[in-house]
Amino acid sequence: MSAADVVGQDKPTPPAETTPAGVATLYRRALDNLKSGNLGVLPIALGIVFIVVFFSFKATNFFTGNNFDNIIVQMAGTAMLAFGVVFVLLLGEIDLSISYVAGIGALTVAELQLPGSGHQINGLLAMVAAVVICAAIGGAQGSIVAFVGVPSFVVTLAGFMIWQGVILQKLEQPGSIIIQDRWINYTASYYFSDFAGWLIAGIIIAIYAVTVLGGVIGKRRAGVAIRSPGLVVAKLVGVAVAAFGVVAVSNHAKVPHGLPLAGVLVVIFLVILTFLAKRTTFGRHVYAVGGNAEAARRAGINVPRIRILVFMISSAMAAVGGIILAANVNSVDLNFGGGTLLLNAIAAAVIGGVSLFGGRGEVRAAFLGALVIATVSNGLNTAGYATGVIYMVTGVILLFAVTLDTIARRLQVRSGR
Amino acid sequence: MNVKPLLELRGITKSFGSVQALSDVDFEVLDGEVMALVGDNGAGKSTLVKCVAGTHSPDSGEILFEGKEVHIHGPKDAAKLGIEVVYQDLALCDNLDVVQNMYLGREVHDRLQRLKEPIMEQKTAETLKSLAVTTINSIRQPVATLSGGQRQSVAVAKAVQWNSKLVILDEPTAALGVAQTEQVLALVRRLAEQGLAVVIISHNLHDVFETATRITVLRLGRTVGIFERAKTTQQEIVQAITSGAPVSISGTPETAGATP
Ligand SMILES: Nc1ncnc2c1ncn2[C@@H]1O[C@H](COP(=O)(O)OP(=O)(O)OP(=O)(O)O)[C@@H](O)[C@H]1O
Ligand SMILES: [Mg+2]
Repeated sequence: MSAADVVGQDKPTPPAETTPAGVATLYRRALDNLKSGNLGVLPIALGIVFIVVFFSFKATNFFTGNNFDNIIVQMAGTAMLAFGVVFVLLLGEIDLSISYVAGIGALTVAELQLPGSGHQINGLLAMVAAVVICAAIGGAQGSIVAFVGVPSFVVTLAGFMIWQGVILQKLEQPGSIIIQDRWINYTASYYFSDFAGWLIAGIIIAIYAVTVLGGVIGKRRAGVAIRSPGLVVAKLVGVAVAAFGVVAVSNHAKVPHGLPLAGVLVVIFLVILTFLAKRTTFGRHVYAVGGNAEAARRAGINVPRIRILVFMISSAMAAVGGIILAANVNSVDLNFGGGTLLLNAIAAAVIGGVSLFGGRGEVRAAFLGALVIATVSNGLNTAGYATGVIYMVTGVILLFAVTLDTIARRLQVRSGR
Repeated sequence: MNVKPLLELRGITKSFGSVQALSDVDFEVLDGEVMALVGDNGAGKSTLVKCVAGTHSPDSGEILFEGKEVHIHGPKDAAKLGIEVVYQDLALCDNLDVVQNMYLGREVHDRLQRLKEPIMEQKTAETLKSLAVTTINSIRQPVATLSGGQRQSVAVAKAVQWNSKLVILDEPTAALGVAQTEQVLALVRRLAEQGLAVVIISHNLHDVFETATRITVLRLGRTVGIFERAKTTQQEIVQAITSGAPVSISGTPETAGATP
């Protein structure tokens, strides 16, 4: 099955792209991509491998099942926020309010699960309510950006202050609210059994394979050239190794033992949001508005609607992240949403390769970036370094990643005649 | 021979505050015809086009399309009638590839809003082939990596692929080199050969004389006259553009000035 077979048929095909299949093609494409600065996930994947190997030698208790589980749970909250950041950055906007909107989400679930408060509801419902409330907050902020035209930086900076104020105001008296509801706490503390872990990994790989192969079949049917079949296989193998590898390691953990639910939730959102961004009209329009809002408007796209929906996604994902972060410490306190949460979430998306200028980037960037940040801070921590060192190293990685990306982009522009 | 014009504008007037951009302008274009619209900077060419595209609504006057009066309130209305505009400043998204741009805002999707990429890719390839746009390497490369002429070709192809009847091009060759200009002009002629009505706005009289069948001259928001390419000279057009005084109107029965 090669691109050449398809091109050979007497059907309309795009010009060029008549390449023989096989390793040679894969190699040549990789080289082409390198030359044109289209590096894909390669640099960051290599970076993660390097970081893991480095700390495995540096700290004896780094490469253990339990520590891997720690990293997964630690990255989950940030990754959820970063998923939302990707969409906002794709539009060429910014959302500075997410960390405290996450706090509002956490506060909402904490309030709604509070026994004896008079408004206690089921934990699952409480989580849904928190996400809906935060989505509404995002809708309000997005509307001011889309209809009034106030820069998103200012609107969400105001949101940053307002929602922090709400949290301080609400928690001034109790200081913190303990979360006892098991459903809410499960988001950060449920671990699957060995068998369930393997099953989940298998399902994830199967879904991935079906979507990838489905795309290939669709193209064959339409008589459209399939680009780089070798790359498709490589991706499938990569995802399979990663999924089974993670389960294998976390199944070796002592207590808690097994694959953490938090990690599975991150992957579920990764899949759903990637689908939304790359396979639906909505996602296409997000990229279009971020690339050239005027062109999008002329093409009949409802630009304000897209802007508002994106800010709703951003706030809703903040709520999801906030719930997991709160569940991880079984409480919400006065300082929730402060510290490095906001900057880590934005840094994660940017380290993963999302452009700050709009229109360029992938949802998986948030996943990979959050993984880098969590792994580095966990590794340094395990090796006994202080918080100051962790900040410095994270900063250097951010600078390095963006510099690499900027250089790559320059090469890309140059290679485009 | 009395051919009904596809698009006919009668007495279009438009002012922006105290600026009278168009006053009592008549204009028409026939099927299979390339009508050039020329005039100095600020003559009102772009404004006239925007009235047809629905970006502006004229203060007075009427727009007839296929003989019926129409009211156009936005790009969607215009598209529904079969009118497509390629704007002076390109309306492409640099970060999207050729296929994505061709279908921007009108993506082929199923009920779940899932994109049908293979169909869009195949149709794009067909459209470009039918317009003999062959210099593009891969239709999956971002538009940012295309040359100016290729980009303009994509913008034009995007406009014609919707079974449009009238394509309006606002200075399609403004930023192009000699070879690239030739590429785009050839494309314009091909559109007319396929039976479409084309309006081309240009400051380059060479381009105009290369493509147009007739030429409408605007000056300070007024129609100076309509000239048949075959019966006029560049000199005559230059004079009309600058002084507003046509030496002679090479009149034809369907000259738009003749309102009943
Ligand atoms: N949105 C607007 N608001 C105010 N005045 C406008 C607007 N658009 C156009 N004008 C004015 O209307 C007149 C006609 O402008 P228009 O853009 O139609 O000219 P043009 O013939 O396309 O010129 P060019 O060759 O430079 O593109 C100019 O005096 C311009 O300043
Ligand atoms: Mg103009």
